Amino acid sequence: MWKWLHSYADPERAYKLASTLLPWFAFSAILFISVGTIWGMLFAPMDYQQGESFRIIYIHVPSASMSMAAYMAMASASFVGIVWQIKTADWVAASIAPIGAVITFIALLTGAAWGKPMWGTWWVWDARLTSELVLLFLYLGVISLYASFEDKVLAARAAGILAIVGVINIPIIKYSVDWWSSLHQPATIKITEKSAMPMEMLAPLLINIFGFGLMIGAITLVRYKAEILARNGMRPWVRELAKAEASK
Amino acid sequence: MKRGISYTQAFLTLLQRDLKIAIRHRGDIFNPLLFFVLVVTLFPLGIGPEPQVLSRVAPGIIWVAALLASMLSLERLFKADFNDGSLEQMLLSPQPLPILVLSKVLAHWILTGVPLILVAPLLAVLLHLESNSYTALILTLTVGTPVLSLLGAIGVALTVGLRKGGVLLSLLILPLYIPVLIFATSAIDAAGLNLPYTGQLAIIGAMLVGSLIMAPFAIGASLRVSTN
Amino acid sequence: MIQFESLSEFLNMGGYAFYVWLSYGVTFGSLGILLFLSLRQKRSVLLEISKKMEREDRLKETRSSR
Repeated sequence: MWKWLHSYADPERAYKLASTLLPWFAFSAILFISVGTIWGMLFAPMDYQQGESFRIIYIHVPSASMSMAAYMAMASASFVGIVWQIKTADWVAASIAPIGAVITFIALLTGAAWGKPMWGTWWVWDARLTSELVLLFLYLGVISLYASFEDKVLAARAAGILAIVGVINIPIIKYSVDWWSSLHQPATIKITEKSAMPMEMLAPLLINIFGFGLMIGAITLVRYKAEILARNGMRPWVRELAKAEASK
Repeated sequence: MKRGISYTQAFLTLLQRDLKIAIRHRGDIFNPLLFFVLVVTLFPLGIGPEPQVLSRVAPGIIWVAALLASMLSLERLFKADFNDGSLEQMLLSPQPLPILVLSKVLAHWILTGVPLILVAPLLAVLLHLESNSYTALILTLTVGTPVLSLLGAIGVALTVGLRKGGVLLSLLILPLYIPVLIFATSAIDAAGLNLPYTGQLAIIGAMLVGSLIMAPFAIGASLRVSTN
Repeated sequence: MIQFESLSEFLNMGGYAFYVWLSYGVTFGSLGILLFLSLRQKRSVLLEISKKMEREDRLKETRSSR
């Protein structure tokens, strides 16, 4: 059933697939994020408790939830790479890590900028904020471990093991708000029950979450293509591309 | 083909060997311990000698110092074996790697974790720890330090082949240490207020069981990467 | 329906202007930098490979002329 996937272990086919997918991801990411952000900033009704400051939600929640989703994607790619020895999967993980770190940084910073007017402080050492900070450290650890090995095949395997071990942190972040009494408000979106938010506020948020996911996908594809080229510098098809680029 | 010695025998032989080597290099046991004591004595000098302040921060100081001391000692866990090639012999041996790794980690814990647990009450006296927190302190250290050794060994195994692994090692394992630190100090704090702390202790216990099962495999896989 | 009556009211964000615009500024600023660096990566990788190819060619020439 999964046989068709195996052909993408070939770097050239993976590169071509990434090139085909990239415009779709890029275009729809721009579309979703602009619709979600403009809707959220201009048209969504004001929160009666938090005033206009609640509009930070339209980037805070998407970046926070996508920081975890990106980590899971990275860890899954590492898992595939380690278990089935598929190098193209290792390169996916290596491409996601820096993007995840930036998204986590954004989640932390927008959270701080939202916390200051609402809680009166930029930072509190509560479970959710601390575990999100730990997530940032994990990303940085994966990135620097990958960078410190000369041999990138080994580097990917080492970073992959770390990424898989770090998955333990994801449920801790996800459920920290329910497990510990925390200053951070509980999840605004619930899949099974009715959400704690009216539809006019929720719709742009969902659009933005989806848009952030697409954007991460798009940037991953951009980095992935560069990663494939960097790891396959000896292959004729890469040399062809390099020749074309140099003569430009 | 003859399989050679049994798993238990291999485990015990390696344990014995590591302990013997450590006893011949006594500095390796005493340096982390000395570091632990020094860090703890620096705090009263830094934040002032008021007993109320010290007893409030004592659990945190002791645990942070224990964590740093264990990290300091971890670097040597595989280094010597890696340099003289005995690590590769272990990887090539017919016994499963996780068992051998577990034995090395246990030796490391006996040499660095147990002395820490023995010295901790003494330092707690110096820091005016609440008198009803002592049991909690000992219990959390007993259950928590093996977790530190196990998780830290993953980081060491990943960085053993690198020339400048020191700072990288702390970046890799501190995020994994943070949950242990949080639950341990909250258990000691709860004990100081005469509240039940079995919940926190149970969570650390769960981490111990979890890492005891999973970590040897991760360490083994990492060692194979590092020695490649 | 637009929630704000004028542009200045929109920019003021009900008194939370600093926090809201700080968040949006940092978000799109850092994403922009990331995107810029990622887009440049491919070109620099290809240029590096072509430089390496040139070096190899020169090495071959000196060897064959000897």
